[in-house]
Amino acid sequence: MADRVVAVVGSGQAGFQVAASLHQEGFAGRVVLIGDEPVPPYQRPPLSKTYLAGEAGVDELWLRPSEFYAKQHIELVCGDAVTGIDRVERRLSLASGLQMSWDHLVFATGARYRPLRVPGSELDGVLPLRTLADANTLRQRLNEARDVVVVGAGFIGLEFASVAMARGANVHILEITHHPMGRVVSQTVARFFTEAHIRWGAEFSLGTGVARILGEGGRVAAVETTDGRRLSADLVLICIGVIPNTELAGAAGLPVDNGIVVDEHLVTSDPAIFAIGDCANFPTPFAGGRVRLESVQNAVDQGRCVAARLAGRPEPYEKVPWFWSDQGDLKLQIAGITVGHDQSVVRGEPASRSFSVFCYRAGRLIGVESVNRTSDHVAARRMLAGEPRLAPEQAADLDYDLRAHIRGSARH
Amino acid sequence: MPKVTYVHPDGAREVLDVPLGTSVMRAAVTNGLDGIVAECGGEMMCATCHVYVEADQLDRTPPQSDDEKAMLEFTASERKPNSRLSCQLVATPEFEGLVVYLPETQV
Ligand SMILES: Cc1cc2nc3c(=O)[nH]c(=O)nc-3n(C[C@H](O)[C@H](O)[C@H](O)COP(=O)(O)OP(=O)(O)OC[C@H]3O[C@@H](n4cnc5c(N)ncnc54)[C@H](O)[C@@H]3O)c2cc1C
Ligand code: FES
Repeated sequence: MADRVVAVVGSGQAGFQVAASLHQEGFAGRVVLIGDEPVPPYQRPPLSKTYLAGEAGVDELWLRPSEFYAKQHIELVCGDAVTGIDRVERRLSLASGLQMSWDHLVFATGARYRPLRVPGSELDGVLPLRTLADANTLRQRLNEARDVVVVGAGFIGLEFASVAMARGANVHILEITHHPMGRVVSQTVARFFTEAHIRWGAEFSLGTGVARILGEGGRVAAVETTDGRRLSADLVLICIGVIPNTELAGAAGLPVDNGIVVDEHLVTSDPAIFAIGDCANFPTPFAGGRVRLESVQNAVDQGRCVAARLAGRPEPYEKVPWFWSDQGDLKLQIAGITVGHDQSVVRGEPASRSFSVFCYRAGRLIGVESVNRTSDHVAARRMLAGEPRLAPEQAADLDYDLRAHIRGSARH
Repeated sequence: MPKVTYVHPDGAREVLDVPLGTSVMRAAVTNGLDGIVAECGGEMMCATCHVYVEADQLDRTPPQSDDEKAMLEFTASERKPNSRLSCQLVATPEFEGLVVYLPETQV
């Protein structure tokens, strides 16, 4: 056992967690954590929030100080990419030419930004936001940017927009669908945030895409929309989603379908290989099927699950998903997965800027979106961990005490 | 710069400088102190930065927000009257000599 080697491919939130948890769980073998970014593991959420706004420094991003890894006997490799995996020989090779053997391999390769394929997307000033390096560029560019076009109104786009406005830029948000954050939140919440951004000064063009990007002297100057308008721009953020990093797994012959396919133990079709975090497609009781999630909670809890299994305590992965997004002075908290709900009720008044949307499918509570209402979020996480038994009428009734409901149903 | 003492469950004590405006959680993470997990990075989403503040020093710490009170329901170790989320303990000059006790477990 002392000789077993765990190779973790990708040193983001998920890779960090599995490595850190292995030793806490009492795993005695070697842990090698390999990341292609030139820096030690860091948190991404602040990149579109406090770090972008200049409120947090880079020191606040590191998941642990760099001495931590040696102290915990984690062999951290920064700035080198895994380029090939040999499942028969159980070896892997790195871009630097190094090779190593492993007994267990964990894919924690995350996702990369999805490029927008239109003429002009290569112009200077057309930028993504996924990595620390991206955030550093944007933070710098926001010092001078006056006209910012955000392409894609997902969480990252809207968070970026709120920071850009607070830093004095004019912001125009283009969204190809009619619902900002539409893939993942209810219409009530989508509408609420759209209105909030308009109040903060953003312009929205919904149902609108980019036809091409126009430049002057190699730098971006304007965005031409699919409905033929020309929006002047000195900075364009492309945030139309991500692509999971599954190519290595695919090349190694592992099944890939919107992520690396794993079972409820996060094991791939090869029992020695796992996938966790943004790159993993897994079954969960919270979706009634398979999902791939992009959240800190998912990366961390899946990292812990695999570490526990490797240390001899296997348990299926069944954690309640949760997520947050900060935009201006609004905090959105999501418990469960609300995608695919067929009924929703609102608790509280959106006009009061503190409310929750309780989402149901086939009469069962599947998720709750809360705006500035942490107590509902906490109650939702607790309810979803068991059998919620909360009727929509109860959820909508502000006089109905959710904590008492939890205590009551806990007795059953 | 205020010095804060972190007491591990086995009684071991570590003293860290916590710069004004920095949280007791952030100082612990930056120094690689064991026993503060802080998986949400101070967003009051995880309750894995739980500490017990020395009972007679509670009045030196900022008041608890409703959000913190709500999130304290998720602590992995027992919640006590002196339980706090250390990401919400942002240092002021009054933190000089503050003592916080780390719980048995954060997850
Ligand atoms: C701007 C931004 C804001 C966010 N805000 C929130 C938020 O508010 N709340 C929330 O819950 N989540 C948020 N997220 C999502 C969250 O950060 C991700 O879900 C999380 O980082 C996923 O962790 P991961 O380890 O799976 O992937 P990643 O963090 O992407 O890490 C994967 C790492 O693997 C590396 N890698 C890939 N292939 C290889 C290879 N072949 N060899 C070596 N290394 C490789 C990548 O370069 C990367 O460093 C945000 C994400 C971004 C980008
Ligand atoms: S760090 Fe997550 S609640 Fe304090």
